[in-house]
Amino acid sequence: MSADGNRAESANTGRRDEPSGNDSGREPFRSYYGNPVIKEPTWKVPDVPAYLYLGGMSGASAIMGVLADASGNGKLRRVGRLCAAVGSTASVAALIHDLGRPARFLNMLRVFKPTSPLSVGSWILAPFSGLTGAVAVAEIGGIAQLPARLAAGGSAVLAPGMTTYTAVLLADTAVPGWHEVYRELPFVFASSAMLGAGALGTALVPRSQAAPARRMAVIGAAGELVLGRLMERRAGRIAEAYRTGRPGKVLRAARALSAVCPGAALFAGRSRVAAWMAGLSGTAASVATRYGVFEAGRETARDPYYTVVPQREREPVRQ
Amino acid sequence: MSPDTGNRLSGPLPDPSQEAGYPPEHPQRSGFFTDTSVCIGCKACEVACKEWNLLPEDGLNLTGMSYDNTGDLGADTWRHVAFVEQRIDPSTRSRVDIGMPGMGAPEPAPQQEAGDATEVRWLMSSDVCKHCTHAACLDVCPTGALFRSEHGTVVVQDDVCNGCGYCVPACPYGVIDMRPDTGGASKCTLCQDRLGEGMTPACAKACPTESIQYGPLDELRERAEQRVEQLHEQGVTEARLYGHDPRDGVGGDGAFFLLLDDPEVYGLPPDPVVTTRDLPAMAKYAAAAAGAVAATIAGCFLGGGR
Repeated sequence: MSADGNRAESANTGRRDEPSGNDSGREPFRSYYGNPVIKEPTWKVPDVPAYLYLGGMSGASAIMGVLADASGNGKLRRVGRLCAAVGSTASVAALIHDLGRPARFLNMLRVFKPTSPLSVGSWILAPFSGLTGAVAVAEIGGIAQLPARLAAGGSAVLAPGMTTYTAVLLADTAVPGWHEVYRELPFVFASSAMLGAGALGTALVPRSQAAPARRMAVIGAAGELVLGRLMERRAGRIAEAYRTGRPGKVLRAARALSAVCPGAALFAGRSRVAAWMAGLSGTAASVATRYGVFEAGRETARDPYYTVVPQREREPVRQ
Repeated sequence: MSPDTGNRLSGPLPDPSQEAGYPPEHPQRSGFFTDTSVCIGCKACEVACKEWNLLPEDGLNLTGMSYDNTGDLGADTWRHVAFVEQRIDPSTRSRVDIGMPGMGAPEPAPQQEAGDATEVRWLMSSDVCKHCTHAACLDVCPTGALFRSEHGTVVVQDDVCNGCGYCVPACPYGVIDMRPDTGGASKCTLCQDRLGEGMTPACAKACPTESIQYGPLDELRERAEQRVEQLHEQGVTEARLYGHDPRDGVGGDGAFFLLLDDPEVYGLPPDPVVTTRDLPAMAKYAAAAAGAVAATIAGCFLGGGR
């Protein structure tokens, strides 16, 4: 290791953990001994990727449940309601488990802060999980159908927010891999949420009543594929983090699974095996997309290249 | 950002304490001016900070990269002295690759490559929390544990923080971090407890060369401009201020610097921007996506079939 900030250039044109050859396309830049400029998020795996997936899936499931109820589709309503409750409750558990001081989780609701996506998100997640939990109890017990319908309607008002607030949560950081894609990320996460809910509906609901869920899985998967591509294309230099290393592998797997899911969903109306294949591949694709985006962001925080070079290239911010 | 929003998320903001709700008679905004041209790398600031703020030891490792064995700012390191070694040409002051010894066969004659670069210079800089005018850590904190003090600084209330960790990736400078022993976020308070007593923060008090200067921010900015002019007159043309400009991406830093090379050489971001500047746009995109997902799911039920 050289002791000159100047020499750190050569150390930084490539990734330290990969053989050279990946160096091409990177111009030299200066840094402090190759140290990161920003701090890597302390959020843990699997807590936070699980929190992202479960929150989105439960949001889309709640909408699916309400619409199934409105269209007299009892089986799909039941699965939608239960997935919403289980997903949002598990999402809350993952969030609390990730806290440095879990006993103080209620401090999340100490204030309402519009400048904090986590505050706004907590104020969406807390009533949403409460409402969907109550609806699920009524659904399982077969009791209080009218209050359950009202509570489900209330949760459906919050549900669209559940599918996208986590995208703002990630984008509203100094992490280049998340912040630079703040326009596309909510749409990718919304597609992923729809895919997650549709996949579970496809697998868990009898084939004759699962048509809307299958459509959700197909459109969600297509959205993940197309919008994910668009996001990478618009990401500029940051795209490298989405295409290489561990996040690159995870996201390629996610795309492969997203391609399998609609194919299986087309036959899911006729075959139980195809329905389960669509359900598993869709769920795996949704999870992998969240995890891949999470890892790509962490990579851009670790490597000073993603902080220094784009900031050097843009015009200095002047109001 | 247009002036009609009052620059609450980004842009120049003359008085962040008043914006945070303090009455107009609150104390003047205080800060640090760290003049790295007179820093001797003694690390008295690091020690004084640790002692006054009762921060635990966070590793007695040798980094092997320079005399900097601290590494970076963190939850238990609120002052960090960066140490950069460069070979320069004394006549033009331009940098040349220093060719430090490494593993393997010796490289051929570095002297010839270096040309007239016969002088070694050490850049030392005591880094600290910038106490941004628009502090992303404060903006994103969901509990209100991070707050703007009456002195215009940004402080963590340890008894409120629930350790969510959002402030850590939000900071564009990589300052704030989680303390492993408490699970809460922690960073420089500008010695909030000393300020209340009219005392100078521990690091500035301990600095033997007045590289760390503490005072009202307006005064410090004037003094810094004079110092840069003075250095330029002396031929130190590479001297520049960093974080002094209220028009920059964070609305100006409460703790700013005089540097002798590009910011990234010291581990500082060249053009930091408070992430919440784009929050209104993010909210719009998220709302659009949320609406789209609701409409699309509704569409999935229109097709009939069960």
